[in-house]
Amino acid sequence: MTEKPLLKIDNLKQYFPIKGGFLGRTVNHVKAVDDISFAIGKGETVSVVGESGCGKSTTGRAILRLDEPTAGKVEFEGKDVLGMSAKEMRRMRSEMQIIFQDPYASLNPRKTVRQTLNEAMEIQNVVPKKERNARIVELMETVGLQKHQIDRFPHEFSGGQRQRVGIARALSVNPKLIICDEAVSALDVSIQAQVLNLLKRLQREMGLTYLFIAHDLGVVRHISDRIIVMYLGKIVEMGETKSIFENPQHPYTKALLSAIPVPNPKKKAERIFLRGDVPSPIDPPTGCRFHTRCPFATDKCRTEVPLLEEKDEIYKDKHSVACHYALDIQQGKHKPKYNMTDVRKNLDEEGMDNKSKEKQLENA
Amino acid sequence: MSENILDIKDLRTSFFIEGNEVKAVDGVTFQVPEGKTLGIVGESGSGKSITALSILQLIERPGKIVGGSINFKGEELTESKNSRMRDIRGNEISMIFQEPMTSLNPVYTIGQQMRESYKIHQGLGKKEGTKRAIEMLELVGIPSPAKRVDQYPYELSGGMRQRVMIAMALACRPELLIADEPTTALDVTIQAQILELIKELQNEIGMSVIMITHDLGVVAETCDYVAVMYCGKVVEYADVETLFENPKHPYTVGLLNSLPRHDIDQDELIPIKGNVPAPDEMPTGCRFAPRCPHASDICSKLPGLETQEDGNDVRCWIYTEEWDGEKGVAVYDRETTT
Amino acid sequence: MTTFIIRRLLQLIPVLLGVTILVFSLMHLTPGNPAVIMAGESAPQATVEAIEQRLGLNDPLHVQYFNFLGNALQLDFGTSIRDNIPVFSHIQPRFLITLELTIYSMIFAIVLGLLAGIVSAVRQYTFSDVAIMVVALFGLSMPNFWLGLMLIQWFSINLGWLSPTGWGDPDQLVLPVIALGTAGAAIIARMTRSSMLDVISQDYIRTARAKGVKERVVIFRHALKNAMIPVVTVIGLQFGYFLAGSVLTESVFAINGLGRLIIDAILQRDFPIVQGAVLVVAVSFVVVNLVVDISYRFLNKRVDLN
Repeated sequence: MTEKPLLKIDNLKQYFPIKGGFLGRTVNHVKAVDDISFAIGKGETVSVVGESGCGKSTTGRAILRLDEPTAGKVEFEGKDVLGMSAKEMRRMRSEMQIIFQDPYASLNPRKTVRQTLNEAMEIQNVVPKKERNARIVELMETVGLQKHQIDRFPHEFSGGQRQRVGIARALSVNPKLIICDEAVSALDVSIQAQVLNLLKRLQREMGLTYLFIAHDLGVVRHISDRIIVMYLGKIVEMGETKSIFENPQHPYTKALLSAIPVPNPKKKAERIFLRGDVPSPIDPPTGCRFHTRCPFATDKCRTEVPLLEEKDEIYKDKHSVACHYALDIQQGKHKPKYNMTDVRKNLDEEGMDNKSKEKQLENA
Repeated sequence: MSENILDIKDLRTSFFIEGNEVKAVDGVTFQVPEGKTLGIVGESGSGKSITALSILQLIERPGKIVGGSINFKGEELTESKNSRMRDIRGNEISMIFQEPMTSLNPVYTIGQQMRESYKIHQGLGKKEGTKRAIEMLELVGIPSPAKRVDQYPYELSGGMRQRVMIAMALACRPELLIADEPTTALDVTIQAQILELIKELQNEIGMSVIMITHDLGVVAETCDYVAVMYCGKVVEYADVETLFENPKHPYTVGLLNSLPRHDIDQDELIPIKGNVPAPDEMPTGCRFAPRCPHASDICSKLPGLETQEDGNDVRCWIYTEEWDGEKGVAVYDRETTT
Repeated sequence: MTTFIIRRLLQLIPVLLGVTILVFSLMHLTPGNPAVIMAGESAPQATVEAIEQRLGLNDPLHVQYFNFLGNALQLDFGTSIRDNIPVFSHIQPRFLITLELTIYSMIFAIVLGLLAGIVSAVRQYTFSDVAIMVVALFGLSMPNFWLGLMLIQWFSINLGWLSPTGWGDPDQLVLPVIALGTAGAAIIARMTRSSMLDVISQDYIRTARAKGVKERVVIFRHALKNAMIPVVTVIGLQFGYFLAGSVLTESVFAINGLGRLIIDAILQRDFPIVQGAVLVVAVSFVVVNLVVDISYRFLNKRVDLN
């Protein structure tokens, strides 16, 4: 990371307009991604995690300009991606590829694997025409598909194999960066492990850089060097994988990690239950966006937006967190306002206290 | 072991498509001890959901239960009349489904849908039904239940809808709850809420639960017993601690080895090779043999589900006298996973 | 909901303006001088001039249009060329008859179509399903005037059961209603079937069954209301076809409805009546569609989200 990063995102914003009223004017915006900055070094795997609606997929799409970002800067090898013309952008796309969750939806059902791969190479024109067939065979081998499957259609493959075709297509144009948008989420665990191992091997062999967008934290821990945790369009915490998992600082990250069921019946996790649901990104909470669900929230959290800072006192380097009280919580100076382990208390808007709850149980 | 509330023996459910029989559930045997939670774990196509629907006799054409027995508190469900099954459904045995977003009827309010259960099973009128529905919504932790009861499903979030589904399923205090992937469609923090809720309500009502899932983490946290299914068959049945500590079937071991863990560091995942066989290419012997690292000649014959010394039931030749492969193979090598 | 209705009503304004412009230009798009056409080729110059005077044909076009529009808003469509009786008095009784015919036919089509569609869906791939769909295909393919003639042939001439002409008595109603309603019934049946099949496979139907709901209740309470959502749209569109189809049906059964009035007026080149009648038909179509849109919103609460 000391050398120049491969991909650098500065103050990226992605607002989607909401039309309404009599004349269909823009009445509001969904602030899907709201002012985020990060960088990815060459050969690194950085994961963006968070729950649905946190803006992680939107971030991936904005980087590739699949949706035109509202504001901000995206630099790839020092080149300004957002300022590129359509032609330059097309060339750029051979350097940055994306793999989606549902390979079936992103593969043309009427094209064989050979046609699909051929087309990808033709558009980018990175491989001379004569060499393309040999390259296709090589790609099939690389992603672990059989040579005789080259002329098959997507529906003749299983889910895991289709994802391999998707990977082959991404690789066909020799990219430097691959954005994996929930690329293994739909796969069964035994197949998921195959694909994860494949991605790791390809990275070793080809020096690929991954931006991994996922909600499964087991997968993320396994594959990433660094992790970015997002909540409602903002980065709440960012750091090296081990540091995030073993020493999470943001109350949201802690709750998220504690919520994952551990596949070990003898290890019962101490669980933090969050209040209610994620608020709407249309009118996100003021101040810290997490304050509505945070057991540590104070008036300061309701008004002041916390900055993403490296808290050196907590953890030396490459770990930053956006929380006013991260340090105080760590040192036990700042206590939660309510019991975080009661699952039915966590939702109340109207303040149903324990007494009335007990009465409820008796009645029912 | 306590009394079994549900005892399934050799259950077979097939789908008849264009003259071919697809055996979705192919001789499934397991028990649910009273008051306990049985996990049914398996990947897509293992037949776990079809097993659940078979228990409630909710298999639609072209599917059909073709054999076996489902014994619920001494009553044989495969021979029950339709009217008796309707009495049981939603009353003695309830079910919640994977997709909270689509499992509620979009054109009726929460209250209308909940009152229906009270009307069918307890003959309650609108006023009394609404009162009970509000109580139930409060019990599952829905804020302002008196307001929510008149809302439509689209006005609730996914987590809320799953709470409503649970409230609806538990309306008549069932003795058995079948939860089919109840949290798969939910975010992990919401999943934690829902799983905890089910566990707490189970203790309060004293019901038994069948938890169908593909997530070994969910199994470890919520279940007392586990049945591992592969290609329509139970390959291993054990109590949860034994299963995680000493898994026997190579498929169970393969699942555990493939699982990326968030709680520990792993160098490498050990995937199961190949893919689940297509229904028309199903091996006649052990269904797992083509993907099994230990497969031997005898695996072309179907092994039985045999009880082992430590109480596991395993369907694998390795643990039998007839085993003709390498003796004493270390099927589960703990070093690779912890 | 109120916002939606207001918005929908506001949207009607340009539509209705368009309709009036089209109807107005009927007279002016016809080749030749309308006054000559109305009076007949051999009419004396004085008659032609009188007609021109009466219809204001000498005024600039936009003045003519605004006069027409202003009068139409007061239900004044001028007077008939033939008998000088106001057009509205001609239209009103005829329109009521056509409306009756259309509504009875709609009811026939909806009841028959829904029942057939439900039975077909619930018994998918059985004999009844195939039979219903074959009959529906025939019903769809038969032109209503031909079906009308066949019905008269069988039930009036051969069997002598029902009256072949006129409107008013119950035995006069049956044949025209069947003739006009059959195609609609067939379309509604096909739509209901596919919509029901789609709904029956939904998760919430499984939820209802898992609650212990009786199959009959599952179909009629849980499935039908959802399945009706696309069917309602089709029913709304059918109403327009029914109004148009009534022109032919009325001719076949010699019913003195609006359709007959329009045909007669066209043959007699009575432009004010044609204009008035067409305008009434167009407006009723627009109004029915508004009603359909609103009921669609009532059925499908989710639309409110957008």
